[in-house]
Amino acid sequence: MKISINGKMQSFDKDVLTFETLIKEINLEGRRFAIERNGEIIPKSQFNKYTLNDGDKLEIIGAVGGG
Amino acid sequence: MDKNENQSELFDIAGQTFNSRLLVGTGKYKDFKETKSAIDESGAEIVTVAIRRVNIGQDKNQPSLIDYLPPKDYTYLPNTAGCYTADDSVRTLRLARELLDGHKLVKLEVLGDSETLYPNVVETLNAARILVKDGFDVMVYTSDDPIMAKQLEDVGCCAIMPLASLIGSGMGILNPWNLEIIIDRLSVPVIVDAGVGTASDASIAMELGCDGVLMNTAIAAAKNPILMARAMKKSIEAGREAFLAGRMPKKLYQASPSSPTKGIIE
Repeated sequence: MKISINGKMQSFDKDVLTFETLIKEINLEGRRFAIERNGEIIPKSQFNKYTLNDGDKLEIIGAVGGG
Repeated sequence: MDKNENQSELFDIAGQTFNSRLLVGTGKYKDFKETKSAIDESGAEIVTVAIRRVNIGQDKNQPSLIDYLPPKDYTYLPNTAGCYTADDSVRTLRLARELLDGHKLVKLEVLGDSETLYPNVVETLNAARILVKDGFDVMVYTSDDPIMAKQLEDVGCCAIMPLASLIGSGMGILNPWNLEIIIDRLSVPVIVDAGVGTASDASIAMELGCDGVLMNTAIAAAKNPILMARAMKKSIEAGREAFLAGRMPKKLYQASPSSPTKGIIE
């Protein structure tokens, strides 16, 4: 399936993909971030339950230096 | 300093108590080490952070801001810098709340244009209404318009943060009269946000009766940010104490000698 992550299309060779698995695949495990899918926030507590769909648009954000 | 004076130095925002009236941003530093050193030197307890896309594919072990400034040691103030609409800023802060495990204290800033970074107060007010209703404690960046400041208080913002001058300009306090009107009319904390260039600017804000000052560039863009952070800490304390002490009245046309006029040698 194809998923847009922070504006960039990525392909995953899987039929079922949970957010938990995705996070491992894109090497974000252990980092601090939040995810929005198609405009809706996916709670951290649901990462192992929610699955991704082909064409999902994700925004993955973190805290950076700012004023 | 007696106990009462000490008590008055505590600073309350949305039910949380702070010792330092200096709030600082975390942007524009050379590296995270300098960011942390400057913040620690400033004594600030509240630090603003921006919300941005994470860098996918970045080395997992590469340090992040959060590693240097653990949220358990500092009060994070996620901001909406870079947002130009109410919708974008609300979206950003909802993500920030998820990122920071339900953290409610936020800085709302909705910009009007990219040249001046002047706030769009209409969008700001709309966003403030939504965020307050959604349970956020909203500290809001705004212009120095007293009517707008009051409206932001009326919709439930927990601190009003008028600009002293444009963001990152270092132009100092350009309209002390408006700031005085805002301070006089509002009951929530008034914090000058943006425009401070050097220590005396921060002192002036505090002498006017502001409850605090938020700054970033004045420290980060100084030749020696650590030294400037220390200067800012002192200037905030000096300005606050001068305000509490109550300045002498100005006498425009009549001098008044400090030494006795009696007993002068003849």
